[in-house]
Amino acid sequence: MKLYDLVIVGAGPAGMAAATAAAEQGLTVAVLDEQAAPGGQIYRAISAPALRDEGILGPDYYHGRRLLAPFARAAVDYIPSASVWEITREREVRFSAGGQARTLRAGRILLATGAQERPVPFPGWQLPGVMSCGAAQIMLKTSGLTPPAPLVLAGSGPLLLLIALQLHRAGVDIAAVLDTTPRDNYLKAGRHVGGALRGWKVLVKGLGYLARLRASGVACLSQVSQLRAEAGEDGKLARVHFTHQGQPRTLSATSLLVHQGVVPNVQLSRAIGIDHRWDEQQLCWRPVTDSWGETNIPGIFVAGDGAGIGGAAAAEQAGRLASWQMARQLGCLDRQDRDRLATPVRRALAPVLAIRPFLDVLYQPAREFLTPSDDTLVCRCEEVTAGDVRRFARMGCTGPNQTKAFSRVGMGPCQGRMCGLTVAQIIADTRQSTPAEVGYYRIRSPIKPLTLRELANLGDTDQP
Amino acid sequence: MQTDSPFNRLETASAATVTIEIDGQPFTAREGDSVAAALLAAGAIPSRTTPVSASPRAPYCMMGVCFECLVEVDGLANVQGCMVQVSEGMRVRRQNGARALTQGDVHEAV
Ligand SMILES: Cc1cc2nc3c(=O)[nH]c(=O)nc-3n(C[C@H](O)[C@H](O)[C@H](O)COP(=O)(O)OP(=O)(O)OC[C@H]3O[C@@H](n4cnc5c(N)ncnc54)[C@H](O)[C@@H]3O)c2cc1C
Ligand code: FES
Repeated sequence: MKLYDLVIVGAGPAGMAAATAAAEQGLTVAVLDEQAAPGGQIYRAISAPALRDEGILGPDYYHGRRLLAPFARAAVDYIPSASVWEITREREVRFSAGGQARTLRAGRILLATGAQERPVPFPGWQLPGVMSCGAAQIMLKTSGLTPPAPLVLAGSGPLLLLIALQLHRAGVDIAAVLDTTPRDNYLKAGRHVGGALRGWKVLVKGLGYLARLRASGVACLSQVSQLRAEAGEDGKLARVHFTHQGQPRTLSATSLLVHQGVVPNVQLSRAIGIDHRWDEQQLCWRPVTDSWGETNIPGIFVAGDGAGIGGAAAAEQAGRLASWQMARQLGCLDRQDRDRLATPVRRALAPVLAIRPFLDVLYQPAREFLTPSDDTLVCRCEEVTAGDVRRFARMGCTGPNQTKAFSRVGMGPCQGRMCGLTVAQIIADTRQSTPAEVGYYRIRSPIKPLTLRELANLGDTDQP
Repeated sequence: MQTDSPFNRLETASAATVTIEIDGQPFTAREGDSVAAALLAAGAIPSRTTPVSASPRAPYCMMGVCFECLVEVDGLANVQGCMVQVSEGMRVRRQNGARALTQGDVHEAV
């Protein structure tokens, strides 16, 4: 079994920056990522972007090249298309690549597994034609593909507006951008405006997306509620219904892209048994770490959006901080040198993180997406509705693991990734409790499907 | 194969293509496409029907989270189409309803 000083899961900004920094300090490093190329979500396909016209995605995307170049040069074993399905407390990392399961041993482990988009349950979200905004952006980055018109975007948050702008620049005809941010959020977010002023650059960027969309004549409707997708005779999306300023409206649509922000991808950190806490502002679970990213399991660190949403710039810096601390623990860096490196990075991070409470509260999803109507599918895999979950909560189920036993909610192939937050929120709501008390699914390895053949061959081949 | 309302291909940096088969029909995908992207570009939607109620579905997240893109690739069922890139001669089949468990297709049993 091959032993590395450091095994990193994830080659997004956090993982690439961490790997480069650790290799510079002399650590032996392996980076595993289930994608075919480095970049993570924001810099997806940055080593070979599909689009010829670089104006479509804009400079923030191509900034990824500045991380990629040193990562590609660093003395790092990068293993692409490698899906990590188990990590043990003894720091063994098991993964599958090319139909082969393998194990690496690590002195230290960094989870840089990033975020996923928050599930957006509403009536009809399972129809063909409805996709997440992030999905459309991934298709632009990796394939240069745009969704068919008529196209409607709906949801909340800066990423919704960025992706709308990118699609508009790509020449897609956008019928409407429906902003579901509740009016109350502006008042609530006002309390955090001090932090927002310190991080004003991020704020100005977000406002800029909206201004540019409006200036280009894209219809942007605010305070939209009661979103519903309806199928045509062929079973695919045909119409989008919603309420705008008290008036019911309907738009014809072949494509509907939805988004309600991103949440940490906690599948792996949960399966390892890392402590998590409920974040009241981001309305999601995040692993508990110290200021270097180390968790309650010694030697296992989390950095980047997987540790709590901070955005790409913060992810990059958090990756470096974790690497310097791991280098210090492994005797490759003394305390003074670690702090000399870390101090300016922490100073640069402060304004970026200061704006988070403002953004997190401003873009909290409307109630209708947190606790959807009874007829909404919550678990897409097992086809369990919000009404079913409410019924079991009223019957006495106190948490997601119990509703799972009764209704199969969360038992399908996605292992609760698409329903976990919603189910907990519905149970909490019904029982007048909180998601923090209700808890989350017990996640077990393997966190990704693997075949018996892969499992049987495990251990025969452990050289990268 | 259904080919209405496919995704539109913009001008790409590389022109390299790959020929795959979708339900027995040839389709020219772009090198670097995921199987799920190729299905959307081909207009092969719905890309599956569900085991529970046979309702139509299509890729939703494109990043390995939702498992809506499950397809059969070169005889192996329940492959996440958004996590696998197309390769020359690849045979893709849409899955309707539940898959019988066959050898090499047992992840639910693990
Ligand atoms: C779809 C999507 C699009 C986004 N687009 C933007 C954008 O345009 N602009 C922006 O500012 N922010 C964007 N974000 C927000 C994004 O989360 C951060 O900006 C940034 O990508 C976070 O960096 P990271 O390094 O923490 O994680 P990521 O960049 O998410 O990288 C995590 C990596 O870990 C890998 N991984 C996860 N689990 C496993 C596993 N079990 N085995 C192997 N590999 C694994 C993933 O494949 C991924 O490459 C997007 C988020 C999503 C979900
Ligand atoms: S489209 Fe969501 S897992 Fe593939």
